[in-house]
Order: sequence, then structure tokens, then C-alpha cells
Amino acid sequence: MSPAANRSKYLALAVLLLPSLAGMVVFLMAPVLSSLVLSFSQWDLIGEISWVGIDNYVTALADPAVLGALRNTLTFILGYLPSVVLIALGLALLLNRRIRGRVIFRAIYFVPVVTSWVAVSLIWKWLLNPQYGLVNFALGAIGIKGPGWLFDPAWAMTGVILTSVWKDIGFVTVIYLAGLQDIPEPLYEAAALDGATPWQRFWSITFPMLAPTTFFVTTISLISSFQVFDQVWIMTQGGPAGATSVMVEQIYKNAFSYYKMGYASAISWVLFALIFAVTIAQNLLQKKLDRSDG
Amino acid sequence: MGEPANPTVTTELAKPTGSFPRNREPLLAERAADSVNGGSRFRGNDSVLARKRRGVSLPDLLTYAILIAGAVVMLLPFAWMVSTSLKTAGATFVTPPNWLPDPATSDNYAKVFDSAPVGQFLFNSIVVSATSTALMVLFCAMSGYAFARIPFRGRTVLFYAYLATLMIPQQVTLTPLFIIMNWLGWTNSYQALILPASFGAFGTFLLRQFFLRLPREIEEAAFIDGAGYVRIFFTIAIHLARPALATLAVFAFMASWNSFLWPLIITTDTSMMTLPLGLSALQGRWTTDWNVLMAGAVIATLPIIAVYVFAQRFIIKGLSHTGLK
Repeated sequence: MSPAANRSKYLALAVLLLPSLAGMVVFLMAPVLSSLVLSFSQWDLIGEISWVGIDNYVTALADPAVLGALRNTLTFILGYLPSVVLIALGLALLLNRRIRGRVIFRAIYFVPVVTSWVAVSLIWKWLLNPQYGLVNFALGAIGIKGPGWLFDPAWAMTGVILTSVWKDIGFVTVIYLAGLQDIPEPLYEAAALDGATPWQRFWSITFPMLAPTTFFVTTISLISSFQVFDQVWIMTQGGPAGATSVMVEQIYKNAFSYYKMGYASAISWVLFALIFAVTIAQNLLQKKLDRSDG
Repeated sequence: MGEPANPTVTTELAKPTGSFPRNREPLLAERAADSVNGGSRFRGNDSVLARKRRGVSLPDLLTYAILIAGAVVMLLPFAWMVSTSLKTAGATFVTPPNWLPDPATSDNYAKVFDSAPVGQFLFNSIVVSATSTALMVLFCAMSGYAFARIPFRGRTVLFYAYLATLMIPQQVTLTPLFIIMNWLGWTNSYQALILPASFGAFGTFLLRQFFLRLPREIEEAAFIDGAGYVRIFFTIAIHLARPALATLAVFAFMASWNSFLWPLIITTDTSMMTLPLGLSALQGRWTTDWNVLMAGAVIATLPIIAVYVFAQRFIIKGLSHTGLK
């Protein structure tokens, strides 16, 4: 390439790529690296910064508050992930049948997805009110005495999970529906000619053909559920008695209530490591499944 | 992931046409977009069986029953929110609950507007979301085009560095970002709310994929006429990318509009709060005044639902773009 063409190419890069790159470096990449550096320090924003090696990590991994938050985060994932994936799959399968009003149904299921977490959390906090909430009234109508929900340490997390599943179902349903519509119809025609039952068609065509979609939705739902925060903060602030305290809430409290910047950074890296490990593990599992199929 | 998508144009044309009304298999996104319009262009998977049994069968009835029940579960909480927001306190705390507010009152809305500068929250939300969306779309389109079209040393490595940031949870960047903003004296400022929301690898990735799919021929004519990359981008490419830009804009706008954690950290001044943050702050004063809180929730929900109604098509289309293909 001629020097002139080269010069114009780099000029083009400076105009087109540099703004984005500068922003990515300043607001994403540099903060990520700084946070790693900070995680080996103790700093309250005002005083001197002191370097403490891996102390923050050692403390975090023995801190009952952090371990409790980790346990609660895992509880959240265990309750949330299977519910949201299975219910959304079911709804997508039903919506994929030749039915009238599919557009309307899907539009309705998607409304909670676009609503802000703050509004959704407030609505559900009110719905889950033990005395006057609609949920306990409905349960009472079928003869069940509803629990204290967000006021009861044994039930608070269930309330948060219920709210989160309700909000996210539409999102996963839409992705599943797109996956379902990508399955070539001739497969079903052939199966129908062979006299396959609906059950057989599901297990030998739909389910395997949906594997990439399932992988995609479980991965992104898993990552986002490790980062659960907004709904917890608005519904319970981690209570009662720490029953819904989660990892991000620990990061937030340590950084912006106790001003332990180093410690908060260390917890965020523990969270990142967890997410990274789980994502990699899931990837490997997926590859292994693919190979055993192939 | 790294390979260019251009060859698909030729391979897809060569494919047997099958039962689809076009000379290639429809892309996932097209099917998703189509199904928004009722799925008329491509046949659903059940069509063979559906042809066999016309009329309403038991499975159909069950399907409708479940789907309708699901729709009720999705909508009832919103109806309850509106109903509660129009009730007096006396009519709220009763069992069994009443669906229709009797007497109906607008007092709760008045209380929300009296106790917090809701107009200011709304203004802040609009300024922050609109600006960060515009910047995000512009930066992502430019960088996506650069990654797709301009060959330069280190392109692959840099692109992977972008992609790697997708894996990093936002929480990791919170403390350093706060420290930077604090050091710059930018806490409680629009730029602190806007700038971190204006960059992201997702948009760059989405637009790069779009430009890779775009046939080069259109641009090549301009190239031969002596136009450079920048001119081609601003006069041709960005206009062709409109659908992808709209998708990204809708996503960026909704993410920014609903964003909570970063505004919570960076704003302490009530006058700088965005709508979600201001609404959550209402809880401090109206702890158990559910009528007032639900009125606040209605105010926060209405604008985004309005956007949703208009932008539904792009949202669904964008969703199926995100990672499957």
C-alpha cells in the first residue's frame, strides 16, 4: 500500500475508532485494571492508601457476611435459573403452535422486561405484603395461609426469586421462540410421516435443535443472576437478618457505606472469578455434549 | 466468530429455495421479526399437523387456557399498581381487596409531585438516556465500521479485547469509576451519569456484524471515486445501517432509562437523580404509603411502556441478533 493510502487509513482509524477506544479504555478497561490493583490495598478515599497484599482476599473468604451473601446468591440462582428457563421454554412451545394472538401474548409477556427494576420491585413488595397483599389474598382464597414473605427470613428470598422470574420470563421466552422458529420444518414433516408422537418429536427434534438456544439463555441468565442487586436493594436491602444479602450488595455496602474501597474491589474480583469459572465450566460441558452427540 | 460473513451472500443464494418465499433461508432475526407480525411469511413448525385438524381441539383449548393465564399473571400486577395508586388509604388496607378504587382520587399523584421534584427526575432521565444513547449509537457504529472494513495491524487482538469486556461484571468497575469521578469533581453531574453508559462492546460487536454482512459493492463504487473510509461511512454506510442502529438505540435507551446501581452511587443530590432513583428515594418518606408509592411506580412505568409500544419490533429483532447467530 502506498504511503499516502496508509496515511489516509490511519486518519480514518483516528476518526472512526479512536473515540470508542478512548471511552472503552477510560470507562471500562482502565477501571477494571485499577480495581484489580485496588483489591490489594486498603483505602477509605480520604486517608493514605496502604498496600496489604492478598489480605483483602483472605479476609473476604472468611468473612461471614461475604460467605452468607455468596450462599444467598447461589440460593437465588438455584431458585431463579431453572424456573425461568423451564417456564419460558413451556410458554415458547405453546406460542410456537399455530395459534391466534401470538403477537399479543408475546407483547404482554414482554412488558415486565421493559419495566424498570425499581417499579417492578415496588409493585411486588406491595403484592407480597403479608396482610394486604394480593398474593396472600389469592393463597387465602384457596385455603393456604400465606407466609410473611419479605418480613420472614425463611421466605424473603423466595419473594425475591418470584419477582425476578416474573420480570425475566418474557425475555427468555422471546429468545426461545426465535430458536424454535429456526428449526427446519421438514424435520417435523418427516417425523409426522414416520408417525412420531408429539412427545417423540419434542425429545428427538425440538429439544436437541434448541440446545444452542438453551446454552445461550442459561449462560446469560447465570451471569446476570450472579449480579443480582436492584430488586434486592429495593425490596429488602439484604434483610431480614441478612436473609437476602447478595454479593453485589456486599460490594456496594463495603465501598459506599463503609468506604472500604480495597475490600470492595477484592469482593468484586471474587465475584468476577466465580462468574468466569462458571462460564468456562459451562462452555466445556457444552463442548463435551456436542462431541458425544456428533 | 472472527471470520467474515460476506461469503454467506453467495452460499445462501446457491442453496435450494425450499418452502420459503425468498431465494434463501430466512435468518433467525427475520423470522423473529416476522413472528411479531403474526408469522405470516414463514410457516410455523406445526403447520402440517394444523392442516390435519381444523377447528378447535382440546390441545388448542389447553394452550389458550395456559397462555391466557400467563397473560393475566403478567398484567394483573400492573392493574393492581394503577388501582392502588387511585385509592384512598382507607380503601387500600381492606380485606378482601377491591379492584375498583372507590372513591377514586388523584391525591396520591399530587403527593408524589409535592414530595419530590418528579419533573426534574423526568428531565434528568430524558437528558441522560437520550444523550448516552446517541453517543453509544454513534461510537459503536463508527468503531463497528472500522473493525469491519479497515484492515490494520492488531485489529483481531483489539477486537478480542473489546469482546473480553463483555464478560466483566459492571460491579468490578464501580469503585474505580467512582474514585475517578470523585477526583474529577464530577459526582452529581450529567457527564458522570452519561459517559460510562455511552461505551460498550456489545454495540460495536452488533454493528460490526451488520457491516460484515453488507455487500461491499455499494461502497466500492464510492471508493473508486476517491472517497475515503470516513466519507463512505458518513455518506453511505451509516444510512444503510439504520435498522441495526435502531435496534441498538432501543436497547441502549432502555438500559440507560432503567439503570439503577450507577446513578445510586454517583448521585446524592436530589436534583440530579434519575427517575428510578428518585422513585426508590420515595420509599424513605412514604414507607408504607402504598398509594403514593404505586402512583410513583405508575409515573416511572408509563414513559418506558410508551417507548416499548412504538419500538417493539426493534426490540424483538435485536434480541434474536444478540448472540445466537
